[in-house]
Parts: sequence; structure tokens; C-alpha cells
Amino acid sequence: MSTEKQLFTISVYTENNVGLLNRISAIFQRRHINIESLNISPSEIEGVAKFTIVVNMIEVNVKKIIGQIEKQVEVIKAYYHDLDEIIYQISGLFKIKSELLFEERQIQNIIKESNARIVTVNKDFFVLEKSGRKEEIVELYNELSVFGIMQYTRSGLIAVSKDEMKISTLLETYNN
Amino acid sequence: METQTIKNTEKATKTTENISGSEAIVRCLIEEGVKILYGYPGGAIMPVYDELYKYQDKIHHVLTRHEQGATHSAQGYARISGEVGVAIATSGPGATNLITGIADAQIDSTPMVCITGQVFSHLLGSDAFQETDIVGISTPVTKWNCQVTKAEDIPKAIAKAFYIARSGRPGPVLIDITKDAQIEKFDFSYEKCTKVRSYSPVPKTVKGSLEAAAKLINEAKKPLVVWGQGVILGKAEEAFKAVIEKAGIPAAWTILGASAIPTKHPLNVGMVGMHGNYAPNKLTNECDVLIAIGMRFDDRVTGKLDEYATQAKVIHFEIDPAEVNKNVKADIAVLGDAKTTLEAILPLINSNSHIEWHQKFKDLYAIEYEKVIKDDLHPTKEGLTMGEVLKEINIQSKGNAAIVSDVGQHQMIACRYAEFNKTKSNITSGGLGTMGFGLPAAIGAKMAAPDREVVSISGDGGYQMTIQELGTIFQQKAAVKVVVLNNDFLGMVRQWQQLFFEKRYASTEMINPNFVAIAEGYYIKARKVTKREDLAEAVKEMMESKEAYFLEVCVEKEGNVFPMIPTGASVSDVRLE
Repeated sequence: MSTEKQLFTISVYTENNVGLLNRISAIFQRRHINIESLNISPSEIEGVAKFTIVVNMIEVNVKKIIGQIEKQVEVIKAYYHDLDEIIYQISGLFKIKSELLFEERQIQNIIKESNARIVTVNKDFFVLEKSGRKEEIVELYNELSVFGIMQYTRSGLIAVSKDEMKISTLLETYNN
Repeated sequence: METQTIKNTEKATKTTENISGSEAIVRCLIEEGVKILYGYPGGAIMPVYDELYKYQDKIHHVLTRHEQGATHSAQGYARISGEVGVAIATSGPGATNLITGIADAQIDSTPMVCITGQVFSHLLGSDAFQETDIVGISTPVTKWNCQVTKAEDIPKAIAKAFYIARSGRPGPVLIDITKDAQIEKFDFSYEKCTKVRSYSPVPKTVKGSLEAAAKLINEAKKPLVVWGQGVILGKAEEAFKAVIEKAGIPAAWTILGASAIPTKHPLNVGMVGMHGNYAPNKLTNECDVLIAIGMRFDDRVTGKLDEYATQAKVIHFEIDPAEVNKNVKADIAVLGDAKTTLEAILPLINSNSHIEWHQKFKDLYAIEYEKVIKDDLHPTKEGLTMGEVLKEINIQSKGNAAIVSDVGQHQMIACRYAEFNKTKSNITSGGLGTMGFGLPAAIGAKMAAPDREVVSISGDGGYQMTIQELGTIFQQKAAVKVVVLNNDFLGMVRQWQQLFFEKRYASTEMINPNFVAIAEGYYIKARKVTKREDLAEAVKEMMESKEAYFLEVCVEKEGNVFPMIPTGASVSDVRLE
């Protein structure tokens, strides 16, 4: 087990209840762990929510955190993965003045080369969307920031694991 | 409230009745077998008190003098009985005053259900009078909590609360109920909760772990058992005794494990930890197999972790998977509740006696006796010691009393020297170290076990943190024996100031009131002892009293508790002076 800090995703399957976010985030706060990114969404199972939490930690401590998370009554199961064990995506949104699209030829090249998608264009601004790894979105940001960005936001990381997370079988045993 | 998560296997046997949410709360408590609850009324919980008035022949509400006292009484009740303690309070300050007791119950795994009133649901988030986000505030210190805003959700929430509080590794649960939910009428029926989908209270024992543990135990030359409260909470006392007796293993206890087996049991080698006994602390770093049972390797137990039992293979019997490898790496983890796993391992272990190994404990005990115990229990100097008070209590109780201690020097002395014959007899605030715990906890313990002698032992500091509960003793006629070991100091802090801060006694000296007069003000029989020749007779008088009794013993002002492992030192560096 590596003793170096690295990025891990923690996937937490939970009941979809008010207050659980507070309970889970308190586990991190208490141990002074900065959450790099957090996403909460429905999961493949109806009524079950999935937290995807990204942290920069050493593995032995991630294991301890998993124990503390699973201990919570409304948590069904928690898993952790390093970035090689998952397929993940992050989205970035860029709001840029429309005039730049016509005045700065290079912007069009950047859009084309980065595989970014134009979500909307009107006479004042246009919005670019780029999904991918964090570095790709940061790279696009760096390229566009030279021209001026009106608004920029990046989503939390979402991921699916390459290996199976046996949550459905687990739930079946609970239901019986 | 999200009710889809609650799966009940028991069928409802009762027909429904149209009643108010507040009546439902009281009926739910009665259904859960609650006979006594502790609390304090106020605006947002008044409908419930109105129902408690109507149901007073079925359920006894104890008015404490502060909501903190209600939680500690509920804890004392739970600790001596093994049942869920119940505390109730109003919104806002009533609810926040529960927090210390809830945090204490959380870290000491005490089953407790707290019910708080809340402002009307339409006022939530509006900074209404006595509104506080008690669910948010209590989240980090509860095993589970929730807010109920509809009467129809009350029965399932309370059923789930009791199930979660008492199952698996027990803990406190808080249910916050808005006033409109208390007033609203609905069709009531009650089903006990036996399952929560996302919650598995007892983990499965990993296949082969029992066999692997038994092999290590059988091959060990110098095994040491350290047991904790898990043995008591898991009702595993008999199975535990059978295992250590068969394997002939010396067994030491954490502070909350005390009384699981009788103090005088020949395999009991004393307490581990900061003020534990010399032999088990020293020999932790000599044993070849360390068998931890229902304990969590608290830092007060382990001292410096990198120098804790590094030579030993570690077997950890534990119900909470998050405790395994949290502080000390386990070579073998035996997951499950202590009774099941200990009963399962019994046939797998060989009979043994480890006579030479036991002799090492005896030799080190002899050193501790000469350097510490002799002077604690049989002092020759003028000042009274805390230890000799405990000795006199032991003589009178014959080991049958429950000892409820507060926090500080007297607590360490009480736990070191009190003799116990029965389980669940050592009630103290272990993990949180809550000064003020003792007196109200003793009230709860006495009310849960009226036939038992309950002795509350406090210092002059902690006693004054919840001294108002003398009013509860008086009103309830709870025959608690209240001992204050008065050294006119916050003794433990003073000891640290002496040892580590060059005797700079910053804010540890206490100018104390007339404690006897205060007790007498509450119409409680009271006596003060300042001389050794009066001690035995005074303790006898106290213990023979049929009513509550207050005894102040003025002890040596600057007495210290030894042995001691200084913070950050290894268990091997336990100091005798």
C-alpha cells in the first residue's frame, strides 16, 4: 500500500435522506480532510443515492474513512478506487462574450481542437461545454482565459468503476 | 421523514386509533417498555408533557434540574440495566443542553433515545423563538437522528430510534419532533422495528478467523487479554470468563470494561491505561499475543502507539468494523458480537495455565503495592487519602455496590480500588471524560436498580457542575449515596500542573462552599469527615442509611494518582512516582 498521498474516489451508496450529506461531510471535516470534489446523484438502483467524493489521501487513511462512512446507519455501502480503476468525467462550462467568437479567429480553432461543444449562442455571449479529465478542462480554461472569460465553472467528478460494485446483490441480502 | 427505509417484519397487532402525535409519542415509549424517563418541560414539548401527565401511572417522568442531568440520568439508567435510557427536552436551549450527555453516550456506546420538541414546522429556518437546528448540531454525536414534521411519521421514527440505539454497537439517537406534529391527530398503530435496510448491526464473522485466532491463542506462551465494555454490552460475561479460564490467560480491563468479571477473579490482573495497573501496562509490551475483546485501543489505553505491543500478534474481537485497524493493526480480526464469537471460540482453544507468565504479573503487582497501593489504602501520613475512602466503601458494600464516578483523580482511584462482584457496576464517563456526569448518572442508576446500593463518588469540582441534581434526589426520594472527595482543587489538572507545569496552579484551587449545608438545604442527611478516626464509622453510617446520604471527605490536598503514563509516553514507561 502506497504511503504517498494520491487521488481516490469514494463511492457511497446511501438511502436518499435529508441530513445524510451533513453526516458524511462531518466525517471529513472532523479529520481535517479537504474534499476535492463531491457529486450526489441517483444511482443504478431506484431510491438509492450515490455520493462520489474525491479526496487526496494516503490509502490507509482512505480505508479508515470508508469504515467511518459505512458505520452510518443510512449508508448502504462505500467503496474506494484510485483513478486507474475508474472511468470518470468532469464537465466545465465557459461563458464568453459573443463578439470574441467573430473577432478572435483563434477561439474557433481552440473550440474545434478541444472538442468543446457550443451549448448556446446569442448576441451577447456564448457558452462552451467541455467534458473530460480535469487537466483537459484546465487546459481549455488556460487557453480561453487569455481572451477573457465571463463565467467559468467546473462540475464534480463522476465515475463508474471498471470492476463491479456488488451493491445490488448486497441490497438483495438486506431485503431478505 | 422517509419511511420507505423502515422494514418491519412483525405484523401490527393493534387496531388503529385516532390520537394526537404527542399521545403517540408517550404510547410508543410505553410500547418500547420505557418505565422511567428523564427530562425538563418547555414550550415546544408541552403537548407531550400533557400526555405524560395523563399516562403517569404507566410511565414515570423524572424532572431533573437541568437537561444535561436528564441525559446523564438516562445514561446511568442504561448502563446499570442494559436497557435504553430516555431523555426528553424542549427545543432550543433545552435541546442544546442535551448535547454533552449525547456526546458522552456516543463515545461510550450507551443506548439512549432523546426526544426534543421543535418549533412549528412552518417556522423552521425562520429563527423562531427557541428554534435551534438540533438535528444539525447533534449529527456528529449521534448514532442516528431525524426530524419529524408529521404526526403519522412518529411511530416509525421512534421504533427505528429504539432499534438503532440498542442494536449492534449501541449509541444515542435523537428524534426532533415539531410542535404541529405533536398536536396533529392521526391513526395510530405501533410496530417494533427489527430491521433497517442500510444498517447491519452485527457484522458477519469472517470465515476462518475464529480458527486462526484459536491457533494463535493455543500457541501463545505469553498471552494477554485486554477487555472492554463490549463484553458487558454484548452480555458476554459468562462466555468471556469461560474463555479466559480455559486458556488460563491473564486478563486486564479498560475503564469501561471493569466489573465484567469479579474484581477478585484470579485471572484479573487490573486496569490498563494512563492510570492503570503497573503489571498489565508493562507486560503489554512483553506479551506475545494480545487479545483485545470489545475494546477500541483508546489513546488513554495505548499511550504512544508506535511503541504499543509492537512485539505482539494482535487478535481483535470487535462488533464495529470501523474500530478494526483504526489505531492498532490487528493480525486477526474476529468480527461479531462478543458473546457469539467467544462462545464459538471456546471449544477451539486448549486448556492452559501459563504459570510462569502469571508470576510476572504477581511480581510487578508486588512492586506497585509497595510503591503505590500500600500508601493509598493504608496511609501512615496524616492526610486522608481517596484510596482509603474506597477501601472503607468496599468493606461496607462487600463488593456489591454500583460505583458511579465522576471525572478526575477520584475517578481513577475509584476504578482502581472499587471491588465489584456484579457486572454493570462501574458507571463512569470514560471516553468523553465529562465532569458532572457522576451525580445525575447515579440517580438514573439507582432508579433503574432500586434494590442495589448505588454510590456516587465525585470530586469537589465535578460535583459542582451538576450539584443542582440534589433537588432531583430529594424530589424522587432516590436513595443515592453521594460521596465527595474534597481536596479543594481540580485535582487531576493540579497534578498535571505539578508534574508538567512546574506547580503553576492556574485556576485549579477551589474556594468551596459548605457542602453539608447545601445537601441539608435539599433535606438530604449529610456529614463531613476530616479525620481518619471518623472515616470508617461515617462510611458505615452512610451505607446503612435507607435514604439518600451525603458524605464529604476532606482528603489530602495535593495527593497524586499513580501509576501514570505521561501523555505521549509508551505503556512501558508507566511511572510509579
